[in-house]
Amino acid sequence: MKSYSLEFTLSEVERRKKTMSKKTLFDKVWDAHVVDSIENGPQVLYIDKHLIHEVTSPQAFNELERRNIPIFRPNQIVATADHNTPTKNQHLPIKDENSRKQLEQLSINCKKNNITLYELGHKYNGIVHVMAPELGITQPGMTIVCGDSHTSTHGAFGTIAFGIGTSQVAQVFASQCLLLTKPKSLRVSVNGKLKNGVLPKDVILYIISKLGTNAGTGYFCEYAGDVFENMSMEGRMTVCNMSIEMGARGGMIAPDRTTFEYVKDREFAPKNDAFEQKVTYWKTLPTDEGATFDKEYFFDAEDIEPMVTYGTNPGMGIKVTENIPSLEDDSFEKSLKYMNFEKGESLIDKPINYVFIGSCTNSRIEDFRVAANYIKGKQKADNVTAWLVPGSKQVETQIIEEGLKTIFDDAGFELRQPGCSACLAMNDDKIPQGEYCVSTSNRNFEGRQGQGARTILASPLVAAATAIEGKIVDVTKQLN
Amino acid sequence: MEKFKKIQSTAIPLTIENVDTDQIIPARFLKATDRNGFGDNVFRDWRFNKDNSKNEDFVLNNPKYSGSILVAGDNFGCGSSREHATWALSDYGLKVIVSSFFADIFKGNALNNGLLPIQVSPDFLNALLGEITKQPETKLEVDLEKQIISVVGTSFSSTFDIDAYKKTCMIKGYDDIDYLLSKKNEIEQFENTTK
Ligand code: SF4
Repeated sequence: MKSYSLEFTLSEVERRKKTMSKKTLFDKVWDAHVVDSIENGPQVLYIDKHLIHEVTSPQAFNELERRNIPIFRPNQIVATADHNTPTKNQHLPIKDENSRKQLEQLSINCKKNNITLYELGHKYNGIVHVMAPELGITQPGMTIVCGDSHTSTHGAFGTIAFGIGTSQVAQVFASQCLLLTKPKSLRVSVNGKLKNGVLPKDVILYIISKLGTNAGTGYFCEYAGDVFENMSMEGRMTVCNMSIEMGARGGMIAPDRTTFEYVKDREFAPKNDAFEQKVTYWKTLPTDEGATFDKEYFFDAEDIEPMVTYGTNPGMGIKVTENIPSLEDDSFEKSLKYMNFEKGESLIDKPINYVFIGSCTNSRIEDFRVAANYIKGKQKADNVTAWLVPGSKQVETQIIEEGLKTIFDDAGFELRQPGCSACLAMNDDKIPQGEYCVSTSNRNFEGRQGQGARTILASPLVAAATAIEGKIVDVTKQLN
Repeated sequence: MEKFKKIQSTAIPLTIENVDTDQIIPARFLKATDRNGFGDNVFRDWRFNKDNSKNEDFVLNNPKYSGSILVAGDNFGCGSSREHATWALSDYGLKVIVSSFFADIFKGNALNNGLLPIQVSPDFLNALLGEITKQPETKLEVDLEKQIISVVGTSFSSTFDIDAYKKTCMIKGYDDIDYLLSKKNEIEQFENTTK
């Protein structure tokens, strides 16, 4: 019989040897946060920032209370209300009793423990992964955790950021640390020039469609190459956000001028000399020349086109101009059955009745600019219900200030208030049974956007075009 | 955490791959503020039809299959970090999940809650799924101490891997909080040197 443990140990030793001299971005940030190591076991990793929200924190607060353990570093925790919040009439009491209770519980817990909370209606309220970067809470070189798998978003800053379960939320509450085994390293490089109409969302959907949903399991991923170097911070966040969809615990992009300029002057960013000192340190973080990764993939930017998914996991993606593949596989067939698609079919001209632009993947100002730019002067198709849900109060304000709201209103789109919304349909924003929704969110699992709802993941540009045409189109045809 | 003891049980074959946490426990059931009762809604949308009638085709509703071991297709537990998925599976009465691959966060959550994820080779998994599907009365034995899963009364077995530290925690019923609290001094020292 094969001995799995031996195989593991050998590669472990190899790996440690290799990375000793030349370090990756991930190594540098990780190693700087190791408090202690258990022999042949996990390490104690220090956590700089802990973000919490209403859904995955209550049981952790209970656990500490039950065991009579105080919160160790309340000033390193920031809370927001996002998963359950309504996106209409946020000034009124929440109708759903369970949602209301969960949000009230968060307020009580934060107050009791002196934790900063941006509750519903607060000017800084928003989806946890939109709010923290825009406030400058997220900074390069940090370790950040949150009871939410898309915490990987913050990796866009050269941060080790990953989602944790509620037991781990309790661990960080108790000790500001986690017990972890260092993941392996993976690098995905994309070089070349992206075609017109190809957005960061397409880049990451393309990568996942090539690698599958578990290629990254056990790994932390670094995205490298000029495509990412030339990307805005918003774009980098979109990419890192979806790292978890290929199984990776997190994704990272080396901090550079784009990063520093984004962080500078934000509410909680270091100021003046302190900022300059930080920048000097941040500049040392990128992966050393010659450092090796456990796994590497290379892609050519020119091969990427606007993407759509056709199945029930984010790896089931195709270029919008391609046909659905024909595979003989039970899971694949089950997936197509759920979506009511045929093998070999093209999605072009598929009628679509719902469009959702929002979620921590694509609800930043840049995403709404892209959509507005396309929508301007056009009219939404009559069959389509189009929801635009900003990622935060600040994004909402910006949409209004930049005049984008007028464009959306004129075109018949509905701009709602910030929150997770139809990304996971915990509030009232549900896609009805059997309906298709072209969505800028990150998961197309069965029932994710409502029981029986069928999700097609795409970029904000493809989503906007779908809303205008009432069906899926090849948007590059219109651009070129 | 409860101590994990050697178990013998029949098993439930779930021959679906990429079972995500949204299937294990749909988001609309995440509004509770405690950890109990999630078992009622485990695999909710597979177990029940839209009109709340039982979906007789789903394996958990098949009276032939029962037990505290779930044998599932590749890449089990992908998706969200919700620990509610683990609580739901445990609350339903499961103690072990066998698959050829587990998503990272799910695996960590399971280990933190005394639910043992056992990763076996795809070949072993297929053979096991075939065996228990055909013979629902087949009993499996899980010996965590020796790291062996076997079909009782046969030579059909496989070893499995588990982090040594986690193994001790499972067997003794310790959790990470206890350990981390014992490191308070080191943690404070770390804070002082890096600030
Ligand atoms: S927007 Fe969606 S993916 Fe992002 S934090 Fe909210 S529920 Fe999770």
